[in-house]
Amino acid sequence: MSSNTPSSSAGGVGSADAAAPRRNSKRPKYSKFTQQELPACKPILTPRWVISAFLLVSIVFIPIGVVSLFASRDVVEIIDRYETACVPQNFSNDKVSFIQSAVDKTCNRTLTVKKLMKQPIYVYYQLDNFYQNHRRYVKSRSDSQLKDNSSWNDVSSCKPEDMSNDQPIVPCGLIAWSLFNDTYNFSLNNQQLAVNKKDISWKSDRDKKFGKDVFPKNFQNGTLIGGNRLDPSVPLSEQEDLIVWMRTAALPTFRKLYGKIERDLQPNEVIQVTLLNNYNTYSFNGKKKLVLSTTSWLGGKNDFLGIAYLTVGGLCFFLALSFTVVYLVKPRQLGDPSYLSWNRNPAGH
Amino acid sequence: MGAVQIQAQDIHVGNIVWLRENDEVPCDLVLIGTSDTQGLCYVETAALDGETDLKTRVIPSACMGMDFELLHKIKGVIECPNPDKDIRRFDANLRLFPPFIDNDLCPLTIKNTLLQSCYLRNTEWACGVAVYTGNETKLGMSRGIPEPKLTAMDAMIDKLTGAIFVFQIVVVMVLGIAGNVWKDTEARKQWYVLYPIEGPWYELLVIPLRFELLCSIMIPISIKVSLDLVKSLYAKFIDWDSEMIDQDTGIPSHATNTAISEDLGQVEYILTDKTGTLTENRMIFRRCCISGIFYGNESGDALKDVKLLNAVAGSSPDVVRFLTVMAICNTVIPIKSKTGAILYKAQSQDEDALVNAAARLHMVYVNKNANILEIRFNGSVIQYEVLETLEFTSDRKRMSVVVKDCQNGKIVLLSKGADEAILPYAYAGQQTRALVEAVEQYAQLGLRTLCLAWRELKEDEYQEWSLMFKEASSTLVDREWRIAEVCQRLEHDFEVLGVTAIEDRLQDGVPETIETLRKAGINFWMLTGDKQNTAIQIALSCNFISPEPKGQLLLIDGKTEGEVCRSLERVLLTMRITSSEPKDVAFVVDGWALEIALKHYRKAFTELAILSRTAICCRVTPSQKAQLVELLKSCDYRTLAIGDGGNDVRMIQQADIGVGISGREGLQAARAADYSIGKFRFLKRLILVHGRYSYNRTAFLSQYSFYKSLVICFIQIFFSFISGVSGTSLFNSVSLMAYNVFYTSVPVLVSVLDKDLSEGTVMQHPQILVYCQAGRLLNPSTFAGWFGRSLFHAIVVFVITIHAYAFEKSEMEELSMVALSGCIWLQAFVVALETNSFTILQHLAIWGNLVAFYVINWVFSAIPSSGMYTIMFRLCRQPSYWITMFLIVAAGMGPVLALKYFRYTYRPSKINALQQAERMGGPILSLGNIEPQPRLMEKEVSPLSITQPKNRNPVYEPLLSDSPNSTRRSFGSGAPFDFFQSQSRLSSSYSRNCKDN
Repeated sequence: MSSNTPSSSAGGVGSADAAAPRRNSKRPKYSKFTQQELPACKPILTPRWVISAFLLVSIVFIPIGVVSLFASRDVVEIIDRYETACVPQNFSNDKVSFIQSAVDKTCNRTLTVKKLMKQPIYVYYQLDNFYQNHRRYVKSRSDSQLKDNSSWNDVSSCKPEDMSNDQPIVPCGLIAWSLFNDTYNFSLNNQQLAVNKKDISWKSDRDKKFGKDVFPKNFQNGTLIGGNRLDPSVPLSEQEDLIVWMRTAALPTFRKLYGKIERDLQPNEVIQVTLLNNYNTYSFNGKKKLVLSTTSWLGGKNDFLGIAYLTVGGLCFFLALSFTVVYLVKPRQLGDPSYLSWNRNPAGH
Repeated sequence: MGAVQIQAQDIHVGNIVWLRENDEVPCDLVLIGTSDTQGLCYVETAALDGETDLKTRVIPSACMGMDFELLHKIKGVIECPNPDKDIRRFDANLRLFPPFIDNDLCPLTIKNTLLQSCYLRNTEWACGVAVYTGNETKLGMSRGIPEPKLTAMDAMIDKLTGAIFVFQIVVVMVLGIAGNVWKDTEARKQWYVLYPIEGPWYELLVIPLRFELLCSIMIPISIKVSLDLVKSLYAKFIDWDSEMIDQDTGIPSHATNTAISEDLGQVEYILTDKTGTLTENRMIFRRCCISGIFYGNESGDALKDVKLLNAVAGSSPDVVRFLTVMAICNTVIPIKSKTGAILYKAQSQDEDALVNAAARLHMVYVNKNANILEIRFNGSVIQYEVLETLEFTSDRKRMSVVVKDCQNGKIVLLSKGADEAILPYAYAGQQTRALVEAVEQYAQLGLRTLCLAWRELKEDEYQEWSLMFKEASSTLVDREWRIAEVCQRLEHDFEVLGVTAIEDRLQDGVPETIETLRKAGINFWMLTGDKQNTAIQIALSCNFISPEPKGQLLLIDGKTEGEVCRSLERVLLTMRITSSEPKDVAFVVDGWALEIALKHYRKAFTELAILSRTAICCRVTPSQKAQLVELLKSCDYRTLAIGDGGNDVRMIQQADIGVGISGREGLQAARAADYSIGKFRFLKRLILVHGRYSYNRTAFLSQYSFYKSLVICFIQIFFSFISGVSGTSLFNSVSLMAYNVFYTSVPVLVSVLDKDLSEGTVMQHPQILVYCQAGRLLNPSTFAGWFGRSLFHAIVVFVITIHAYAFEKSEMEELSMVALSGCIWLQAFVVALETNSFTILQHLAIWGNLVAFYVINWVFSAIPSSGMYTIMFRLCRQPSYWITMFLIVAAGMGPVLALKYFRYTYRPSKINALQQAERMGGPILSLGNIEPQPRLMEKEVSPLSITQPKNRNPVYEPLLSDSPNSTRRSFGSGAPFDFFQSQSRLSSSYSRNCKDN
C-alpha cells in the first residue's frame, strides 16, 4: 500500500458517527460454543485413577484369561501330518514327480483318540506354507460368474485361468482351479465312519454368493490340470468343498473344513484313514495335515487368547502394584509449584 | 445518458463517462466536470480503502468552469503512469487542445480522480475520462494475490510429510526388491499362483508399484482437509469472541487470514506502532508555549489557563499569529451543520485537535469557499486566500500553506511540523532555546509536540517560487521528491511562533498487556515515527521498558557511519556483558542511525537485535519498519507487527502475522492485516488464548493424522510379509477410504474444542506460551513419539489378530475386519487419552464414531453383493471377536497410559503441572498470580512541574553511575556512545535533519 502516506494524516474515519451505524450489526451472537465455553469435564491422570484402572483391567482380564485357557484346553484335537509319510520310499527324493505321476496315491493312516471327543467332531485339512492370500491368487475369481448364470462369460478378473479352448471356464480363476483334491475315508473298527459333508460352508455363501443355476463348465479342461474336478451336473451352490475353498484364508497356514463326524469318539479308539494324496504341496514344501477337532464357545484349540489375557492382566496388576509402591514411597503432590521453573527463577523463562 | 445499456467492460481508455448521484464508478476516471460550480464532488471510497468518510474530489484547474455542453467535445491528452496499485497517488498531466482554454500542462493528482468501485455522493452528476479500465484500475491492480503466509507449523508439517515420504519410498523400494526376490525364489514354485515363466521386463515394476499403492495412504491426504477445516474454525472463534469486541464501537475482532492462527501462538517478536496502537490516537490539545511563555503547565490544560485566555482577549499579536496558524495551517474542511455548529472534517487527528482548540480560543475557522478561508476572531471576520498547500509528507515532517491576507494583500507562509523540521530553519537571530526546552519538556511528559512557524513572503519571491512549484507538481518522475525539494526553498527563515503539545492517551490495559506478553517471553519492539523522548516516555508508562535500576537504555546514535559504528559496537559490548544479568536492557535507535546501521553494519545490528529483548526505534519511516521486520524474520524469529495506520501497512504485510487496529487512523492497516482487533489489549487474548489453543490443537491434529495413517499402513506392510510379499491389501478399498475420511477424521476434528488449560490459568501464567514458541508440541521428537506409537499399535493389532484368528478362522474378510475394528477401537482410546477436556461434543464424536463404525459395517454386511456380506454380523456374534477387541485395547493402551502417567506425575511438563494445579486447586494458582496492577501513567502520578523531568531521566546510564564526570571525560562530548543525554542531543539531531532534507 502507499507507504508515502503521512502518519498523521492518513485519512480519518475518526469520527464516532462513522462507527455508530455498525454498532451491534456485526456483534456475534453469544453462545457457549462460539465462546468455546461448553461445559467440559477435565479428567487428569491422578494416581488413584490410573492405579484403579490398571487394577480393574487385571481383575477383569485374569479370570477371562483363565476361562479362555480352559475352553481352549477342553478342545480335543488330533493332528496328523501326512504329506511326507504318504510318499512311497522310492519317490522320497523326488516327491514332485511322484505327485505328478499316475501312480496310485492311496495312503493309509492310523489315528488314536487320546481323550473323549464329543460330537460334532470337525474334520479339517490344514495346509502350511500355502499362500491363498497372494495378490495374484486372491483376485483371481469372478464373483458375478459364481452367482449368476447369465454372466457366465464374465471372466475378466480371472486371468490367467479365464479361458480354456477359447471358452470361458466356470468357475474361473486360480482359486477354483487349484481346488484341494485330497479325499479322506474314515473307518472305525473296520466300519465306515460317516463324514457329513453337508453344511460345511457358510449358509450365506450358498444362498447369495454361489448360484443354484450355475453349473461347472469347461472346468479343468486345459492342458494344465490344477486341483480337483467338479461334477458338471451339480450346481455351484451345492459344491460345498469349492465354496469352502473359495473363502480364501488370510494366513499361509490355514484349516478348511472337510466334513463333520457326528458321533462321539471314545478314548483309545483307533481310526483308520484311507486318503488319496492327490494335492501337490511338494513343489513348494507345503505341509498337509489332517485335523480332527472338537469345538468350544471360543472356537477351536487356540491358547493364544487365554495366555495373552493372563499376560496382559498380570502386567496390569504388576503396573498397578508398582505404581502404588512408587506412590507410597515417593508421594508427590500434584500441581507442585516447584515444577514451574519460572517460580524458581523469576527472571528466566 | 443514452438508452443503450453499456457494460463496464466495454468502456475504453479515453471514453468520457457520466455518472449520476449514487452511481458506482465503473473504472478509474480523471474528473473533468461536476454539477458543482466549484468543480467539487464527493465520493465514498469505502469499497476501495475501507474508510467511510466522504472524500472531496476536484476537477483539474484546466477544466474549471467549462460549460456543460462543451464537456462532450473536450479534446486533450492525459499523460499518466503505468497502472499501479497505489490508491493514494496518481502523478499525471493533462493538456487540453485548443479551442479549450490554453495549451498549458495541468498537473493531475489523486484528488482529480474517481477510482473504480467508489460511489458518487452528494453530487448531482460528474463526468470523467477513463484512464484505467478493467484489471488495470487501481482496484484491479491492488486486488493481486497476496503472498501466502506459511505458518511455522505448516512448514514443520511439510517437513515431516517430506520425511514420511522418504520413508515411504524406502519402504516401497525395500519391499519391492524383497517381493521380486521372493517371487523368483518362492512364488515360481507355487504352481497355484501360475506365474508366467518369462514375463516382459516391466513385470519387475509390478510389485514395487503395488507397494506404492499400499503405502500411498502413509501420507494422510485428509490432513490438509482437516487442517483447513479446523483453521477456519479457529478464525471463526476469533471472530466470535465476545471478549474481543470493542465496546466503544461494537466492532468485533476479525481474522482475515484464516490460515495462520497457529503462528499467533509462536510469536517471538512483536513490533508495534505507537500512535493509535498503544495510544488512543484521540488527540487533545493540552499545552502550548508561545514566545517563550508556557501555558497550561499548572492546570494541565492550556484551554483553561487564565493567562492564555487573557492574552487572547487582549489580542496579543504573538498569540493571535499563533492561533491563526493553528486554525488555518491545515487541510481541514469546516462544515456547517443545520444547527449552525461547525464540524471539522479533518484527515489527521492532530489537525483536528488544533483547529478545535483554536476555536475554543475564539479563533474560529468558519468557512472554506474554494480558495477563500474565513476565520472569525473575537467577533471580526478575517479572510485569507489560500495560494498553495504544501502537503505533509513523512519525509518532510511538516506541512505549510501559503495564504494571502485578503485585507492587506500580504502573502504569508504558515508552517507546522516536527521540531526538527522547523527549528533548524528559524531565522538567524531567533532565540530558540526556550522553544527547545519546551519541546523537550513536553516530550518528557509523553506529549506530541508541533512547532508552529510563519514567514512573510515578498510578492515576487512567491511568484518565482510558484512557477517552480507548478513545474515540480506536474513532473511525472519522482514528483514527490521534486516537490519536497521545491518546498524546501520556501520553508526557511521561519519565525517560530511557539510549540503546541497534544496529548495522546494510552489505551486501556496497554501496560498490563505488554507486561503479560513480555512474561510470555515475547520481545517487544516499538517502531514509531515520533520523537525519541516521547517514545521513551510512552515506553516507560506502558511497561515497555523498566525504569532504572531494573532497566537500562542504550542509545545508538551518530550522524556518520563511523559514529554509528562505534556507538553500535559500544552498545553491543554492554549488551553482551549484561545479557547474563536479570536486567531489562533495551536499545534506542533513531531513523538516521538505523539507516546507516542497516546499510553498513547489518551483521552487528542483527546480533544486537538477537541480544536485545526490547528496542525502541524512533523517527522511522514505513519502509524502515518493514526492513526491521525483514531483519528479524531473517533471523528465523516469528514476528507479529501491529499497527493502525497507513504507515504501518508495509510492516504488517511483511511480518509473519500482521495485526491491524481498526482505529481512528482509518482502516488501512486493518484491511492489510491478517487480524484486525479493536484495541491493543485484545492482543493478549489473541495470542495467549487463540494462538495458543490453535497451536496445541493443530499440533495434536496433525500428528494424530500421521499416526492413524501409519497404523493402517504398518499393518498392510506386516501383512505383506505373510502374503508372500506380493502386495496384497488386507483391507478392502471401502474400509480403507472410510477409515481415512470418516472413522478417524471425525473424532479428531472435535479436538478444536480441546483446552489443555483454562483461559484464566494461561492468562495468569503466560510463561506457558514458551511451549508453543519453542514448538515443543510439534517437532521431530514428538513426531517420533507418535511414529513409535503407531508402530507399536500396528504390531499389537496385527499380532493379536493373526494369532486369535488363526487356522480355521483365518478367513480373509473376517481377519481384515477384526484388524480394522482393532484399529478403530485403539483410535477412540488414543483420542480420548489425548483429549484434555471433554465436552459433550467430544464424547459424541469419539464414542459415537465407534458406534457409527459398527452401524456402517452392519449396513455393508447386509448388502449381498458386497464382499463383506454377513461378515460383521458373524463377527459380532462371536465371543472371541469381542475378547480380541478388549485384548487389543488393553495391550495397546496399557503401556501408553502407563508411560503417560509416569511422565505426568514424575516428569511433568509445566503444562501438566498447571493442569494438575488447576483441577486440584493446587498452590500454584495463588503463587504466580499476576494481579492486574493498574500501573498509573507516570504523568498522572506526578503532578507536572517543570523541574521534575530533569531529575527523572528514565535512562539508566551504565558504566557511569558512580561518577558522571569521569565518563564525560572518557567519551568526550558528542561522542558516539552518547548515553542519551537529552539536553545535548538536540543540536546533533538537528544538523542531521538538515542533511536529511
